[in-house]
Amino acid sequence: MSGYKIIVLAKQVPDTRNVGKDAMKADGTINRAALPAIFNPEDLNALEQALRIKDQFPGTTVTILTMGPGRAAEIIREGMFRGADDGILLTDRAFAGSDTLATSYALAQTLKKIASFDLIIAGRQAIDGDTAQVGPQVAEKLGLPQVTYVEEIRSIENGKVTMKRRLERGVEVVRCPMPLVITVNGSAPDCRARNAKLLMRYKHAKTVSELQIANEDYMHLYNDRPYLNIKEWTVQDIDSNPEELGLAGSPTKVKKVDNVVLQAKEAKIITSSDEDINLLMRELIDSHTIG
Amino acid sequence: MNSVFVYCEIEDGHVADVSQELLTKGRSLANELKCKLEAIAIGYQLEGIEKDIFPYGVDVLHVADDKRLSPYQTLPHTSIIVKLFQEEKPQIALMGASSVGRDLGPRVSSALHSGLTADCTSLVIGDHEDKKEGKVYHNLLYQIRPAFGGNIIATIINPDCRPQMATVREGVMKKEIVDPKYKGTIKKLDVAKYTSDTDFVVEVIERHMEKSKVNIKGAPIIVAGGYGVGSKENFRLLYELAEVLGGEVGASRAAVDAGYAEHERQIGQTGVTVRPKLYIACGISGQIQHRAGMEESAQIIAINTDPEAPINSIADYVITGDVSEILPKMIKYYKANTK
Repeated sequence: MSGYKIIVLAKQVPDTRNVGKDAMKADGTINRAALPAIFNPEDLNALEQALRIKDQFPGTTVTILTMGPGRAAEIIREGMFRGADDGILLTDRAFAGSDTLATSYALAQTLKKIASFDLIIAGRQAIDGDTAQVGPQVAEKLGLPQVTYVEEIRSIENGKVTMKRRLERGVEVVRCPMPLVITVNGSAPDCRARNAKLLMRYKHAKTVSELQIANEDYMHLYNDRPYLNIKEWTVQDIDSNPEELGLAGSPTKVKKVDNVVLQAKEAKIITSSDEDINLLMRELIDSHTIG
Repeated sequence: MNSVFVYCEIEDGHVADVSQELLTKGRSLANELKCKLEAIAIGYQLEGIEKDIFPYGVDVLHVADDKRLSPYQTLPHTSIIVKLFQEEKPQIALMGASSVGRDLGPRVSSALHSGLTADCTSLVIGDHEDKKEGKVYHNLLYQIRPAFGGNIIATIINPDCRPQMATVREGVMKKEIVDPKYKGTIKKLDVAKYTSDTDFVVEVIERHMEKSKVNIKGAPIIVAGGYGVGSKENFRLLYELAEVLGGEVGASRAAVDAGYAEHERQIGQTGVTVRPKLYIACGISGQIQHRAGMEESAQIIAINTDPEAPINSIADYVITGDVSEILPKMIKYYKANTK
């Protein structure tokens, strides 16, 4: 058994779950700098599923593919600390302004370049958009079947993957031949923690751009230890039609963005005293709202 | 004028609520655009399904009926819709933001290179001027949704690509029968022409679907909890209050993510939209995504330790204090003062 070749699609996202008061600038736009950038949570669930396959089938390799700015290399390293073998950062100004469709096109063209893989595993959705579109859109562009909302990969036998899906009103167990695209639900097991040995091994892993601003004394390391080089691909490294990339390749346009302004209602202010609560309940009973 | 299309999701031989809600919205969009409303139903043993569809004002119903099309599977349903859309060229296509619609919608949009906006909370027709290109677009679909953790409301348009696609969660739109006797035409699709054998590579081995046990959408009173409730144990107080008042328990996304409540109780943009006569928000800060799912409640009581919580601005009654202290008082008074 020579294992499987798995690509995990991951995204670095602003942590929209912990938006503080300084997250919005005075002009109503988002202050991205004030939001910590994190590994998209469901992509970590996806990574865990990939690593479990690697545990079970020796020889399996797990590659993280992410599209984003230079700093998104952070999540590739984070993935390597947890057990991924390597990663590809797809980064280029040509991808700026991509909606989900242009993103899926760029990722699909990258996957065509990678060419050999058995499984593509992604998180169901990213917390900055919550669209759940990129996984299925990539699958369609590659002409592959997709299985979404996966909670557990149960087995791989005879070239077929058996998985449990968690749907709104139930569960489904399906079997699908490889290669395929799987999107993993947040209800799947959490990703394992960083491994101390892997952290030591990969903490200096860098992309070419990161190397250019790094301390030159250690440059020989990157020749001696090729695993420290994180692949950085630009638009030149994939075959693509410029009209399908970035803003030009995005059918959806943002017409306008409104800052959320609350129109305050006249509310009755009530204390937590027994009298106040009792008066409130009396009022609700008398108005037949309750009772 | 090209039509508005709605994909009708089939559950146990009936059209899902979310699809009927979208048919209602689709009818009003079609009226405004002066075009037809068309629906598509894909499944097995669909005879009579039009009874669930025509009363919402559907002019044409496309039916693909084949044993292999039920339960829902991504590839065959995608193939049928993609081919049908290539023939019919709808200007707008709507789907439920359910586990079916969110699986199918992106696949279809990717095949057709059309824009798709997920989880819209409002759909409106409007114009758009592209000043850079010097172009004016009339009667576009404004797809409106909260974005970026709910800090902004974005209006998304698809100026050039068709169909303009959007998914909407269950309960966001209201369903309304236009005319019980509305006469539409049925077009039966030859499934063999619209699918190929390779569309059937995924086998469904097991399937357990449950009727939703909780009915928060229809509950007149909802006691909803957020992250501020603090624990699954504290949530018991909410169940107790809901039980004595004859209501249901709902939850914010933060509370569901924290494991305090089941996902089917989630209220908000990525959950259910509710319009009860009384909504008691316990320890809910009131992010826009949550408010989008409950702000049409007739009366809102907000219980929060933070007097500045955003939820307070839409509340009729604001109680500043601890949920674990206040709920027992409410329960006690109610029990003592009603039969």
